[in-house]
Amino acid sequence: MEFLLQPLTLLTFFPLVGVLVILFMNSESKNAIRWVAMSTTLITFGLSLWVLTLFTASNPDLQLEAKYSWIQVAGWDIQYYLAVDGLSILLVLLTGLLTPISILSTWTAIEDRVKDFMIFFLLLEVGMMGVFLAQDLFLFYIFWEFTLVPMYFLIGLWGGPRRIYAAVKFFLYTMAGSILMLLAIIWLGNYGKTFSLPELIAQGGIPANIQMWLFIAFAAAFAIKVPMFPLHSWLPDAHVEAPTAGSVILAGVLLKMGTYGFLRFNIPLFPEATVQAAPWIALLATIGIIYGAAVSYAQADVKKLVAYSSVSHLGFVMLGLFALNAQGVAGAILQMVNHGLSTGALFLLIGMVYEQTHTRELKVYGGLWKIMPVFGSIMLISALSSMGLPGLNGFVGEFTILLGAFGSKAIGSPWYAGVSALGVIMAAVYILYMFQKMFLGPAGEITKEHELKDLNWREILTVAPLLILMFWIGLYPAPFFNLIAPAVEKLLIGY
Amino acid sequence: MHLSETIISLAPWLVFAPLTGLLINLIFGRRLSEKAVGTVASLASGAAFVVSVLLAYAVSINHGEVMRWRLAEWIHIGTLNLDWTFRIDSLSTTMMLVVSGVGTLIHIYAIGYMHEDVRFKHDEGRYTRFFIFLNLFIAAMMILVSGDSYMMLFVGWEGVGLSSFLLIGFWFEMDTLGRPSWANSDAAKKAFIANRIGDFGFLIAAFLMFWGFGSLQFDQVFAGASSLSAINSPLTVAITLFLLLGVAGKSAQIPLYVWLPDAMAGPTPVSALIHAATMVTAGVYLVARSAPIYATAPAAQYLVAMTGAITALFAATIAVGQYDIKKVLAYSTVSQLGFMVAAVGMGAYTAGMFHLITHAFFKALLFLSAGSVILGLERGHHHAPSSPTLPPKGEGSHRPLSPRERARVREHHEIFDPGDMRNMGGLRKTMPVTFWLYIVGTLALTGIFPFAGFWSKDEILLDASLHFTGIYWLLTIAAFFTAFYMGRQIWMVFFGESRSEAAAHAEESPKVMTLPLVVLAILSAVGGGLNLPFEGFHNLGHWLSYTLGEVESLPLDLTVAGVSTLLALTAIFVSWLLYGRTPLQAGQIDPLKRLGLVFTGMENKWFVDEGYFAVIINPFKKISQFLADVIDWRFWHDFVHDTLIVGTYNWLSTIALDHYADQKGIDAFANWLGTATQWISENVRKIQNGFVRSYALAVMLGVVLILGYLIFK
Amino acid sequence: MIPVDYYIILSAILFTIGALGVLIRRNPLIIFMSIELMLNAANLAFVAFGRSWEITSGKPFYTGQIFVFFVIAVAAAEVAVGLALIVEIFKTKKNINIDEMNSLKG
Repeated sequence: MEFLLQPLTLLTFFPLVGVLVILFMNSESKNAIRWVAMSTTLITFGLSLWVLTLFTASNPDLQLEAKYSWIQVAGWDIQYYLAVDGLSILLVLLTGLLTPISILSTWTAIEDRVKDFMIFFLLLEVGMMGVFLAQDLFLFYIFWEFTLVPMYFLIGLWGGPRRIYAAVKFFLYTMAGSILMLLAIIWLGNYGKTFSLPELIAQGGIPANIQMWLFIAFAAAFAIKVPMFPLHSWLPDAHVEAPTAGSVILAGVLLKMGTYGFLRFNIPLFPEATVQAAPWIALLATIGIIYGAAVSYAQADVKKLVAYSSVSHLGFVMLGLFALNAQGVAGAILQMVNHGLSTGALFLLIGMVYEQTHTRELKVYGGLWKIMPVFGSIMLISALSSMGLPGLNGFVGEFTILLGAFGSKAIGSPWYAGVSALGVIMAAVYILYMFQKMFLGPAGEITKEHELKDLNWREILTVAPLLILMFWIGLYPAPFFNLIAPAVEKLLIGY
Repeated sequence: MHLSETIISLAPWLVFAPLTGLLINLIFGRRLSEKAVGTVASLASGAAFVVSVLLAYAVSINHGEVMRWRLAEWIHIGTLNLDWTFRIDSLSTTMMLVVSGVGTLIHIYAIGYMHEDVRFKHDEGRYTRFFIFLNLFIAAMMILVSGDSYMMLFVGWEGVGLSSFLLIGFWFEMDTLGRPSWANSDAAKKAFIANRIGDFGFLIAAFLMFWGFGSLQFDQVFAGASSLSAINSPLTVAITLFLLLGVAGKSAQIPLYVWLPDAMAGPTPVSALIHAATMVTAGVYLVARSAPIYATAPAAQYLVAMTGAITALFAATIAVGQYDIKKVLAYSTVSQLGFMVAAVGMGAYTAGMFHLITHAFFKALLFLSAGSVILGLERGHHHAPSSPTLPPKGEGSHRPLSPRERARVREHHEIFDPGDMRNMGGLRKTMPVTFWLYIVGTLALTGIFPFAGFWSKDEILLDASLHFTGIYWLLTIAAFFTAFYMGRQIWMVFFGESRSEAAAHAEESPKVMTLPLVVLAILSAVGGGLNLPFEGFHNLGHWLSYTLGEVESLPLDLTVAGVSTLLALTAIFVSWLLYGRTPLQAGQIDPLKRLGLVFTGMENKWFVDEGYFAVIINPFKKISQFLADVIDWRFWHDFVHDTLIVGTYNWLSTIALDHYADQKGIDAFANWLGTATQWISENVRKIQNGFVRSYALAVMLGVVLILGYLIFK
Repeated sequence: MIPVDYYIILSAILFTIGALGVLIRRNPLIIFMSIELMLNAANLAFVAFGRSWEITSGKPFYTGQIFVFFVIAVAAAEVAVGLALIVEIFKTKKNINIDEMNSLKG
């Protein structure tokens, strides 16, 4: 019982309660199922806020530990070990927030097999929470792989026309990277006789040449998930085919698992390899920023445009992480949240108009702001947040990242940040292009074919929390930085 | 001291006041009448003006001491400490006064202007939106001028860029003539992106400052810059040059000025407020603000001054060849901004700021009068006998148009451009108030004694003549062109005979529009009094010296003043010869066409836009298309992934492993075992012929063999 | 006393005649008789060896003789079964030509 009542255990596994309830429900009573799923995720979000109240911001260490011996075999000690610190608390909250929002967005969008959908969604939440909370490599790996399964079905069952292709591709890409990580995890467990991350970090002393191999093995898994250029080819497929809620979670949380992995494992476990790799990662990140932005601009499908913009945005996050200074890393963590908010909002909004028009071709849109003023304004704010307008959240993240990367000793040259700053211009180019083609200009074809309605209250409610956070982080990010900063300082002690 | 502290605590209301107006209109706007919406917005802006006045007073009773008001923490991480801190000193309060003062007048003007504009464009619901955006602009501009760090300035810097984007694209579904088109939204996008290019420079400069001086707060950066012993140290030169890129973006200097003329797609109050009086001067403010850094980098200063001077001349030549009343003013603005940038580049901060202020007065006046002209023509157009009548102003005009009426009006719109000076002529008779206001603005702009422009421009020219002869000549020639294109405009618009029905029936604007104009006209006339070049009258110089240190206060130089006045009068005379003596007739080509290629160049803006399209925009589009289609999709997605990886895997699994290893290897062996057994039994079974006797024989042979073996072994 | 060799030779001759009969003849009845001949050749050998062993060892030893009774009994049973089979075959095939009885061939 004591095991179950740990705050983090509760937080991670609470969605299973909802799964259990839904399993016993009639699959025809769709609304009831939706409500159960909604309230489960809302309670989970409440639990994550509760965890926040229990969390001590000034403490840089892992907190609220739930630690039990789990499997002992061959001298290895595998633990059930959940804990949270400044590096992960925001991502836990983000997961808690985005899941109910996504479920709310499916209210009318998902009509068939609601029961299965909600079950998968709740399972997905368990996996995501677990990934951000697990401090045992073995446990982490289990959660990491576990997220794949529900997402695979979410894309594969409720996706667009090429959903099977996309789902399989998503699954295989992630799997391919994970295998290498698994090997590295086994090596580490064998080496340190434990899978506990804090213990492994404390032991240290992994020879430099082996560090590099392990770094690469972990990086393979994470870089695919991020996705870093040039491993991004699964992303547009997955995003375009996934249902709206899937895209939101995919962009908002699943991609963050990659960057979080770098932060949680690569940087503290392999310090020497990290320093060696930093310029190369920065190079790839810079290419990703520019490349993603350029490719976004040429897209005809608005969802694909946003998908490619993720490549660019997460390039910023990677650049910040490997700047290895306080500004860069803290900015990167905040930017993970920012990207979840703004890209999440963009996907939600695109989903809302898609529900009415069933097309995402930019060229058939136009002049929507006149017909749907509320929708247009909300979209504008989200778009501006995505392109990093000061006063909104995106800027705080991008600015601190670029500032950090510009003077980073690890990266070693201001050129990376300098070139990446060009991405700021290019972000304006593709975001404004998207906004113009959809909302400005003369009324497009689509307005003649459909009687478009402005957002209803449910839809406004869906994006409202994201908008509030955009302004909050943009104008007064201090509470967020206060959560992050101590852990970041601790992380960077060795660098 | 106590009083000033009370006043300083009002500083956040510079931003909050317009934001409050914005929120009220955003939330209740739909239920409020047009008058109420406009009043709320104007009051919000007016409140900011009152706060500015109080703050300026506080600065003066504190003898120019810098005051700060920390509102909240912003970004604190590592060694980076950024706060929302308002900086109140003589420079920032000067800007606040200009922004909120001119801004409020324009708000009031817009109440009348937008009332008609939304009706001519058939979307009355958009009235509120305009004032929301306008208040947003004031708020952002206030953040810009009152920030105490480069980053807070940057927040405003981008904020005004956003407002500019929103307001240029206010009529986003049409072009300037009201036809369905992408033109206006393209102009908006262009402005934002050009500004972003400048912002990129700003950001890099900020990074350099932070890593060079450890802070982004003004005083700490300045202290760091002045502690560098070397003149023109690479760090400060780099910082100042990247800032120059930002300045070029915001203040429309070469090479980024191209967005400003297009920005005239916005409603006229926007052109006046944002694209003439306030926002575009932010770059000038930035240079003045960064004076201590520029002081350590004379090389960069020279480049700034040169950029300004060249822009001044270049834009002035383009203004000569324009037909659109607002486009002329737009290029004139670019040119005048060049004067200011040149001034602050030369270190003549007082002159630059002085010109900034007077320019805000007279250019706002000119733009708003131009707006009045345009609306007058619109009115005349709708009243002209051949056109469908719009319901008369007043009560009836609130009646929504029937679809058929709308269609007719729209159709009618497509053929008439109320901003084209070739459609005007003779307006001095139909719009006398506007005419006189326009004359005052023109005299001020061309620098005729004793109007405001005379004093401020003269101060810049004087400074240039003393230190930078090249710049002096560039600016003087630009001033000549200025007088010429303004003269051309006056003759074309107000004199001669009406060249269209609309011009003949043009109507004067209502008081709500002309009253703010009168105020601006008075300011344009006497604004020079702020800083007269006589001992004891250097008021502005003295005021700014609190912030910028001791500034050179030059006495009047009659040679410089005489040369520029003479040139201006000559230019006006030449323009009279060309356009005034024999007024243009309807359909007549411009007399300057005789210049041939030169005029074609001016008319077409020296093909700079086309050049940018050819050199930057189209290649960028092609590259991104290439990256997206060929590299990312066809190569990376289809070829590398679908063909190489999937293909290799499929080949491995089907051909190599399945076909060869599995089918031809393992399977084949197993099958061979089977066939071999079969073959053997095929042959062996022949022995079993079913005849008992042959079996018996076999048995016997066996027996014989065994016996034989036993016997002979 | 007749030496055992003579019995053996006779037995061998009888056996050979029987064996050749089995191999050559087509009539199943004749083949039966040939088999009988072979069995009796064996019986003769048994009896001869049994007697010879009794004399040389000086002990009463009747194993050979007893075996002969077994063989006679088996032969009788064999004939009973064999004739029954032949009758059945005749019923279906209407003849008893041994060359047509090859349905067991591989």
